[in-house]
Amino acid sequence: MIINHPLLGPRDSAEFTYLGDAKLIDRPDATSENAAQEFYEYAYLRDNPAGWHEELWFHEAGDRSWLVVTRNTLTHEISKVELARDVARSRGRSK
Amino acid sequence: MHNLKSITALGGTESRIDAFTHITIAENDGVALASVAARLGKEKKCHTILKKLLGAVPEAGRAQLHDPEAGFWMGPDQWMIGAPRATHELLADDLKGRFGDTASVTEQTGAWVCFDITGPAMPDFCERLCAVPIRQMVAGDARRTVIHHLGCFVIRRETDDHIRILGARASTQTLHHALIITAKAMA
Repeated sequence: MIINHPLLGPRDSAEFTYLGDAKLIDRPDATSENAAQEFYEYAYLRDNPAGWHEELWFHEAGDRSWLVVTRNTLTHEISKVELARDVARSRGRSK
Repeated sequence: MHNLKSITALGGTESRIDAFTHITIAENDGVALASVAARLGKEKKCHTILKKLLGAVPEAGRAQLHDPEAGFWMGPDQWMIGAPRATHELLADDLKGRFGDTASVTEQTGAWVCFDITGPAMPDFCERLCAVPIRQMVAGDARRTVIHHLGCFVIRRETDDHIRILGARASTQTLHHALIITAKAMA
């Protein structure tokens, strides 16, 4: 499987380590009223789709950047690769 | 006053050189290093200072081979700056003065060991050692890769038969062992 790194070009997936669902970027607000429930869901509940899935991958043997990889779990086709920091910033984080 | 003698990463009083007919592995004790990471929102100012220092901002996967300071890209908005240790022992302090609050500067000299690999068999050697596309790389290309489970930087230098490898100083012996067995396996 080849991951097309947005900065470094196509790289073998063996250079990366997999973390999991990219929803981990959306950390709940600790001050909200339902914080306990939201953190329970954030920490433990995951969708396991047969199809397109946004995932976090770490370029461990490369530039050590975190990526959001959109991968089809049925075919391993990868449709989009973005830097996780760009995704997080586009959702209003780390500004 | 203590009378202390400095030792190299491999523990010698002088840099170790392992010369084979096809390849030479030379420990390079003469490099001072410091990392520069642009601070959030101050990237542009940091780039300007970096350009003044090196002549250009190193692009992704590239090194800017420049005297006395040289630098290579490590990751988004992160660079490693190197200079001759004899003249730039306080490189990190010097850089902090230049970059001010536009970047975080960390002393790296004591964290890395540097090996210069030269010789006609360098591309073959490199292919056996690690997974960088050495024959596609041109002078000034810098890649982070894994050598015997150690994260290392491989930089292709100006002369055709020369690569520089930076690895963790705490694992110097392991990295050196990997280099030596690779050279021996090819002999």
